[in-house]
Amino acid sequence: MSAPLTASAATSAIAPGARPVTGFWRRALRHRSFVLGAVLSLIVLGAALLSLVWTPWSATDIDIASKLRPPSAAHWLGTDVLGRDIVSLLLVGARSTILVGVIAVGIGLSFGVCLGLVAAARKGWTEELIMRMSDFTFAFPAVLSAIMLAAVAGPGMVTSITAIGIFQIPTFVRVTRGSANAIWAREFVLAARAAGKGSFRITIEHVLPNILSILIVQATIQFALAILAEAALSYLGLGTQPPQPSWGRMLNDAQTLLFQSPMLAVYPGAAIAIAVLGLNLLGDGLRDLLDPRLARER
Amino acid sequence: MSGAPLIEVKDLGVRLNTSRGPAQAVRGVNFALRRGETLGLVGESGCGKSVTALALMGLLPESAVISGSIRFDGAELVGLPDAAYCKLRGNRISMIFQEPMTALNPMHTIGHQVAEPLLRHAGISAAEARQEAIALLDRVGLPDAAKRVDAYPHQFSGGQRQRITIAMALACQPDVLIADEPTTALDVTIQGQILDLIAGLVEERGMSMILISHDLGVIAENVNRMMVMYGGTVVESGATDAVFTRMGHPYTQGLFRARPRLGARKGTRLKTIAGTVPELADLPAGCTFADRCAIVEARCRAALPAVVDVGAAHGVRCIRTDVSMAAGGSIA
Repeated sequence: MSAPLTASAATSAIAPGARPVTGFWRRALRHRSFVLGAVLSLIVLGAALLSLVWTPWSATDIDIASKLRPPSAAHWLGTDVLGRDIVSLLLVGARSTILVGVIAVGIGLSFGVCLGLVAAARKGWTEELIMRMSDFTFAFPAVLSAIMLAAVAGPGMVTSITAIGIFQIPTFVRVTRGSANAIWAREFVLAARAAGKGSFRITIEHVLPNILSILIVQATIQFALAILAEAALSYLGLGTQPPQPSWGRMLNDAQTLLFQSPMLAVYPGAAIAIAVLGLNLLGDGLRDLLDPRLARER
Repeated sequence: MSGAPLIEVKDLGVRLNTSRGPAQAVRGVNFALRRGETLGLVGESGCGKSVTALALMGLLPESAVISGSIRFDGAELVGLPDAAYCKLRGNRISMIFQEPMTALNPMHTIGHQVAEPLLRHAGISAAEARQEAIALLDRVGLPDAAKRVDAYPHQFSGGQRQRITIAMALACQPDVLIADEPTTALDVTIQGQILDLIAGLVEERGMSMILISHDLGVIAENVNRMMVMYGGTVVESGATDAVFTRMGHPYTQGLFRARPRLGARKGTRLKTIAGTVPELADLPAGCTFADRCAIVEARCRAALPAVVDVGAAHGVRCIRTDVSMAAGGSIA
């Protein structure tokens, strides 16, 4: 098994230009957890996209007469307490899940990474200020900041996304600054400075690429946490508002019926698990694939 | 080897803020380096060799306090803003580091890393820089340079990586090359090849070089002039031949005695210098070598001895050269 792999690595090293793209995909398709993670993530993404054009039933239509039906040909996974089709709810719920995850992580990642990189590059009072401010933000749980934001802007998806995003910034600041500091202490950074590079270029060309794998893994974890946080906020009535379905609200609704129809909690729970697992595997795979040192061992 | 010195260092002092308080890592260092000249810095770990080199490069931590003067091609470098320093570094002054395994960024191809200083300083296109990088890698003796230019650092051996860092340092044809223990991390067989390569390139391009080493053999074979450092000061400096034949400072003599000798009888123990290097945070008031010196006197401990000329451009920071050089003659 290893012989053809090394051979392909050697040939790919020889062919200039074409190497990065073809080499990456060839290795990606061999990477089991990357493939599995990509498939699971694509299922979630596909569900969200599908819900835009087609759902078996309307996700908001209430039909009390056919509530809590078991799975059947008409309702593949049955209906909930208001007689809504579970499959349709899951499909539409995937949309808010992806929105919350992508935007909240996007907020946390963009602000957090920038601040963390600046803290590591500048040191001194700049670093001190950024870190103390992130400690301050960290002291407020997402739920609390969501309640504060909801009091100002009213509850809803935008409020919950913003609250979760802000809550994620300090995590990214800490991870970025910590790993960036370790890179700044490496000799190749000294060599880069000796080659005449300023701290901005060193940050972009040397620090960022070397901590990218850590950030990707952290982002997938944060994505999972964002989904869970959205579920928690919806549960408290602060997140996605009815009738807009979300996986978190489905879990919340199922809670009161846990003994009569436990499957109502299992479906959204499984959906969340698939999304989280898929992203974690995808992140792990990306970390391995983006590191040239690990490229040959795969 | 004529004209105004390219680098002129006067009374250089560096104070580092360590966790154990301020440490005077370098003090009273004076030297001049002419174009095409090679200078060796030799001494034990922690004697201030690397700090001196980093001070020249302007790469000391921001908390370091630098005193004295470093003039490069007539311009003062001490207190130069970082942006101006960035234009010098990698362009007119370059540095090779000790650890080739860590001096290259694992995430970039070697071609990218060698071409980088060219793109930055020489203002040429990416395609030209790539061609130049291949030519440089070829010149430093990397086999199959054209094919391997897109490989990553982990795909090379230690010796090959040091060749790559040399190519990076030489990319912009610097006036001065600072080599900080360039062969310490390499196999003995590779050491000679790398030193020959550096010496060849220095001669070929008319560069000046500052070679830092703790290995007297490396210094003896590769530089015109040498400085022996101890406890942050230069204890002896002069032409390499003169220093080796007429060692003036007891420390130089101790270093010389401590090196292993070929053909020594089996069972002969290596000589050592008794005692340890003084803490830089807690340097004695007088001669830094006083506590380990065999011929120390009370007045040695009173104040840092001045440099005594013992020959043409051969200075020794010792007040007992009359005794040490009489004894030194008999040892050598």
